Amino acid sequence: MSMLQVSLYRYNPETDSAPYMEEFQIDTQDRDIMVLDVLHMAKEQDSGLAFRRSCREGVCGSDGMNMNGKNGLACITPLSEVVKKGKLTLRPLPGLPVIRDLVVDMSLFYKQYERIQPYLQNDNPEPAIERLQSPEDRDKLDGLYECILCACCSTSCPSFWWNPDKFVGPAGLLQAYRFLADSRDEATQERLAELEDPFSVFRCRGIMNCVAVCPKGLNPTRAIGKIREMLLANAT
Amino acid sequence: MSNMRSLTFDAIIIGGGGSGMRAALELAKSGKKTAVLTKVFPTRSHTVSAQGGITCAIASSDPDDDWRWHMYDTVKGGDYITDQEAAEYMCSEGPKAVFELEHMGLPFSRFDNGRIYQRPFGGQSKDFGKGGQAARTCAAADRTGHALLHTLYQNNLKNNTTFLNEWYAVDLVKNANGDVVGCIAMDIETGELVHVKSKATVLATGGSGRIYSSTTNALINTGDGIGMALRAGIPMQDMEMWQFHPTGIYGAGVLVTEGCRGEGGYLVNKDGERFMERYAPNAKDLAGRDVVARSMVLEILEGRGCGENGDHVYLKLDHLGEEVLGKRLPGIVELAKTFAHVDPAKEPIPVVPTCHYMMGGVATNVHGQAIAQDGDGNDQIVNGLYAVGEAACVSVHGANRLGGNSLLDLVVFGRAAGMFIEQALNEGVDYLEASEDDIDTAMRRVNRWNESEGGESVPELKRALQEIMQSDFGVFREEDNMQKGVQQLAELRERIANAYLPDKSNAFNTARVEALELDNLMEVAEATAIAALERKESRGAHSRYDYPDRDDANWLKHSMYFPLEKRLGQRDVNFAPKTVDMFEPKVRTY
Amino acid sequence: MVTNITNLGRSGLSDWLLQRASAIVLALYSLFLVGYLLFSPGLDYAAWSGLFAQTWMRIFSLLAFVSLAAHAWVGLWTVTTDYIKPTGIRVAAQSIIILAIFVFLVWGIQVLWGA
Repeated sequence: MSMLQVSLYRYNPETDSAPYMEEFQIDTQDRDIMVLDVLHMAKEQDSGLAFRRSCREGVCGSDGMNMNGKNGLACITPLSEVVKKGKLTLRPLPGLPVIRDLVVDMSLFYKQYERIQPYLQNDNPEPAIERLQSPEDRDKLDGLYECILCACCSTSCPSFWWNPDKFVGPAGLLQAYRFLADSRDEATQERLAELEDPFSVFRCRGIMNCVAVCPKGLNPTRAIGKIREMLLANAT
Repeated sequence: MSNMRSLTFDAIIIGGGGSGMRAALELAKSGKKTAVLTKVFPTRSHTVSAQGGITCAIASSDPDDDWRWHMYDTVKGGDYITDQEAAEYMCSEGPKAVFELEHMGLPFSRFDNGRIYQRPFGGQSKDFGKGGQAARTCAAADRTGHALLHTLYQNNLKNNTTFLNEWYAVDLVKNANGDVVGCIAMDIETGELVHVKSKATVLATGGSGRIYSSTTNALINTGDGIGMALRAGIPMQDMEMWQFHPTGIYGAGVLVTEGCRGEGGYLVNKDGERFMERYAPNAKDLAGRDVVARSMVLEILEGRGCGENGDHVYLKLDHLGEEVLGKRLPGIVELAKTFAHVDPAKEPIPVVPTCHYMMGGVATNVHGQAIAQDGDGNDQIVNGLYAVGEAACVSVHGANRLGGNSLLDLVVFGRAAGMFIEQALNEGVDYLEASEDDIDTAMRRVNRWNESEGGESVPELKRALQEIMQSDFGVFREEDNMQKGVQQLAELRERIANAYLPDKSNAFNTARVEALELDNLMEVAEATAIAALERKESRGAHSRYDYPDRDDANWLKHSMYFPLEKRLGQRDVNFAPKTVDMFEPKVRTY
Repeated sequence: MVTNITNLGRSGLSDWLLQRASAIVLALYSLFLVGYLLFSPGLDYAAWSGLFAQTWMRIFSLLAFVSLAAHAWVGLWTVTTDYIKPTGIRVAAQSIIILAIFVFLVWGIQVLWGA
């Protein structure tokens, strides 16, 4: 019988003065289960363990966390992908305040999302049916709209760590471009004007940590590049 | 608890999924003081997992499509206990609601002419069943629910809706007259209990698939609204009607959309036979979900199942080619690789019928108003209480929901409830304030957990509950097993009443949330079990070995489960649509 | 909208563009100098000062100095805003940096044109 050694980041603001790592022995019965399954087993040992989870199939974005040093979703990460030398270390997403154990306060992340006005803007009178959009124009939204707001990307981005209040971050910028790229949206000028300061977009240094960790295989760096191109085309 | 903080809203919506956020949007636009109270951040709600699409006669794939055909399919699909007035409302108002979603920005897939892409789904027909298969399900690839939920959240942000994110509704607060005047809720982050006062309380809490051990439902689907309503003495309608989705991934339970079969995929048994041709010669793999699920179980029981234990069948998609899979079903390819370890472009996906959807719920009219019964069995509105979405039973799904109708249900009735509440608030509603006693009643169970000093653990009891439901109230049901199940549930209720919450801390205490959820699972499970035992016929998703036939003489009725007496009554089905002739019950074949 | 008054171009876009344009000038200047040194084996003071006596070389060098100043300001401004969170210390650091850049720039011009 092989036990998986799991090291968990623990912090309860009511009882702990500082966070600490706690060791759990988990009997996986040698199955290649998901990290989320391991967390559920650990929670049976200590019901006080706190983490978020919902869909358990990688579409709701609740259980983003840092697994052996890399951000990802616990529910779609099999042990075979992360465990090294029989050991698994789980920490909360880096760079955001910890509420308890693996639960982080995502307010700053959501604030940056809200800042880019993540909704379609079109003041023309609505037609009686849908607004038409060619399949080619619709294809431009692929790779953008699928974002699940798990924050794996933004919390792996040093630029976001240093300036979470000013740099929109990869997730927000991916959505900013999702609306810039939508043939039905008419607020392009206003959107670009909001982004041309030195922080919102331009703090991106193109290190592509976001691309490396995105559990949905999306590419925020490319979207940021497209925004820069649009800003440039607009201003020169 | 007089020192408890209170918040006051015109309307409080419990649940931040599709129906809740659609209702909230309507109310936010009207300027009413509205809040969405949700136990998870809104885009983590289970609507996000809907894949295939939203069924609606927008006449895109077929310019001659007619909402009446959709209504016919819906009534037939529900095995004739669908309320026809509600189905009429949903199918005729549907296009408006879908176009609104598009105008809000929902990234629907498109046909070459720029209109919304529609795909065939199960149980769809043209010309009242006489014109062959229809393609009526509007889709955003296979991520329609995700696209819909995010679009609704975004538009709520645009309209400045108040969100109480990661707040958990504990119980409804009723005044001395029995009107619902708000709820007790817990801010999960701090553990603070708050009295939320409201003139309209909307249950948009979704389903409760987690009463079964194998389900496509998210871990959060614990029937919180149903549990709260039952504890408040409000009856539940058609709780025996649980849909088992034909294609849950074997072992993992993760959903594989019906859209796979809509795009041309089909089921095969261990001999490679496309067995649905035998069970449903016309619609084949696109028969009603209840029909397909039963056929699969029969194949397995008769020894033609696949795999080492012969306990599943295969969904074949490889003949569609990588391009179609990549374009139309990209999410399924991902899920199959992650959870079934197969590449659907090369190998079939192992699937098995898996608990998916609760057709039953709080009985409501088309405005979302909750309905109970008076002493003579007449409908009686529950003042102040509304229900929408899966938590409601309006009833457009009857005994079996058609694929793609759930998303339509969410937006049509979310919108309808929002509009009605706005109007009701404008006309003025005045309910008696809740007394200290009323509030104490609503606090009782959270206090019980907080004071528990020993007993069985929550996960252990939850597993026991799920095993009972899975073994005795599955696809096929039978008197003896159900009797035993009901008995075991009664014992389990006692055990849960004495269960133990070891962790009493306040900050983000998920153990407390799970304990409170267990109470709700218990309520839903018992309502389901008693309703299933008492409905002595087979109809739609409720299939009994001992009563294999539909019994229209006795059971062309909704069931009504009364929690205080644990009694099953009946309620008339609505056969009075306003603008079309009603559809007479007929033998249901595909 | 994020506002700033201490960055060079007042806009992220112009800073970004300036950073890239100045980088190209600096790259060309560096390549030229390295190439010149490699292909002038017996280099002496006369040849070296002769090079800088030519007007085109002075213009090229001035362009490089100005580019270096701009590049340094944009880059170091970014570094200070990333890592120095207390406003007082950050403004002080930025002042020292800008003073140093100014001094180096004027000094460079003096060396170049003063002879």
